[in-house]
Amino acid sequence: MQSVVLLKNVNKSFGSAGRPTTVALKDINLEIGPREFISLIGPSGCGKSTLLRTIGDLIEVTSGELLVNGKPARQARINREYGMVFQAPVLFEWRTVLKNVELPLEIMGVPKTERTQRARAMLKLVELQNFERHYPWQLSGGMQQRVAIARALAFRPELLLMDEPFGALDEITRERMNAELLRIWQETQTTVVFVTHSIPEAVFLSTRVVVMSARPGRISDIIPIDLPYPRNVETREHPHFFELVTTVREALRKGEEMRET
Amino acid sequence: MITGALRFQRYAPPLIVFFAVIVLWEVLVDLLNIQRFLLPAPSVILEAFFRTFSTIMSSAAYTIRSAVIGFLIGAGTGILVALATARWTTIREGLMPFAIALNSVPIIAFAPIMNNWFGSTNPMSKIMIVAIITFFPMMINMVRGLTLVEPAKLELMHSYATAPFEVLTKVRIPNSLPYLFNALKVCSTLALIGAIVGEYFGGPRESLGVYILQEAQLFRFDNAWAAIIISALLGIAFYLIILAAERVAIPWHVSVEKR
Ligand SMILES: Nc1ncnc2c1ncn2[C@@H]1O[C@H](COP(=O)(O)OP(=O)(O)O)[C@@H](O)[C@H]1O
Ligand SMILES: [Mg+2]
Repeated sequence: MQSVVLLKNVNKSFGSAGRPTTVALKDINLEIGPREFISLIGPSGCGKSTLLRTIGDLIEVTSGELLVNGKPARQARINREYGMVFQAPVLFEWRTVLKNVELPLEIMGVPKTERTQRARAMLKLVELQNFERHYPWQLSGGMQQRVAIARALAFRPELLLMDEPFGALDEITRERMNAELLRIWQETQTTVVFVTHSIPEAVFLSTRVVVMSARPGRISDIIPIDLPYPRNVETREHPHFFELVTTVREALRKGEEMRET
Repeated sequence: MITGALRFQRYAPPLIVFFAVIVLWEVLVDLLNIQRFLLPAPSVILEAFFRTFSTIMSSAAYTIRSAVIGFLIGAGTGILVALATARWTTIREGLMPFAIALNSVPIIAFAPIMNNWFGSTNPMSKIMIVAIITFFPMMINMVRGLTLVEPAKLELMHSYATAPFEVLTKVRIPNSLPYLFNALKVCSTLALIGAIVGEYFGGPRESLGVYILQEAQLFRFDNAWAAIIISALLGIAFYLIILAAERVAIPWHVSVEKR
């Protein structure tokens, strides 16, 4: 089966003339298959966002090979093969909730009636069907983020890239959003790459957790998560859940120690 | 929803202040025996207001016309130039420092020059002054509105592989609308100031500026004050029209909603 994301010896450094360069990514090798849910976890500044943004062709790699659905990332972006969700909802203040979700469809030239229909279906998926005529400022942070997710899913991308989408939410809302995202992921057959620095969040959501360490940013461990589905509130209280949380925590610590020696 | 009681609470204080000042003014003019040419009492001005209303309004028509045409030309050109700079960055980088510098110049000082160029009774002399005065704030604000877009919004559009023209119409232009309306409010005031002060330096007999000047020179200060009040009312009307347009055009904007 073809991989959705394939990174081979990818390096990325930032820097301009006269300033020291930052090696944000060093020798990244990662293959992500269809329908996987991959979390990227690591200390801040370890290059999680950078890795996600190179996959989305928002920044270019310095060297190495990067394929999305078997094509260069740039081509995948032009073909609109991925949806992006940032930490902030990035909604357009002048558009209602429905119009915000319709935006990518509008740009892709989807006819009006179909566009509205699909946007409504997405709002239903994130359980905001009663808010379609609201403006973003009338919604809470969690609701705004759900609009952003609906928008990213509206054009049915094969790949969903999420950069700490629930980072600004309180713990309880975050857990509820986790459960919703998992349900949406199962319903939509999307591949997800998800940046987080919450260990329980990564364990709860993922099929595999990619542990990164900093300076230079690299992958220090990959931990498969074999928790059964459906995952729900009870999953979080399961002994195996705690074992996996501990495994990820130790992998993170080891990644840090490797840097110090 | 604003209920009647809330509405009263909001408008009562300024109304009380307004009437208190008028009453104080009336009483002080009487008590201190202030000469009419220094400051007429409100009752005297009010009397002159109704007596001369039609005369003043026929003069005001000329001034309104210069102000509105100049405003449309100045603000319109400002918007077009700003749109051009959004498309061609080099124009923006070349133009903005000059625009910002010129915006701080008291352009009204050029009024005598315009009168000299076009002839003081030619409407173009006032229209041009108003156009130049309104051009700079409009252009500067509009450029800001088109360029000060949250970077994540542009990144999102990039992720959809959006054509630059669509980024302009779907992101930059809507983003600029609050800036545009702020500039229009500033310009509406500037337009009237430009037209009236331009007329002080010479204009046709039937114009607000010339009327105020002439009545003041003839010591008919009650009439002059009545005309000044009409200028003020015109300024307020102009401003309110733009406020209403803003409410219709950008109902989503926080400054509109929370008012
Ligand atoms: N545009 C940029 N220019 C220069 N350095 C950058 C840029 N973006 C990220 N970096 C650097 O790359 C490293 C990784 O950043 P980032 O990917 O944002 O980390 P994370 O998302 O894991 O917190 C950091 O040291 C950061 O300072
Ligand atoms: Mg980050």
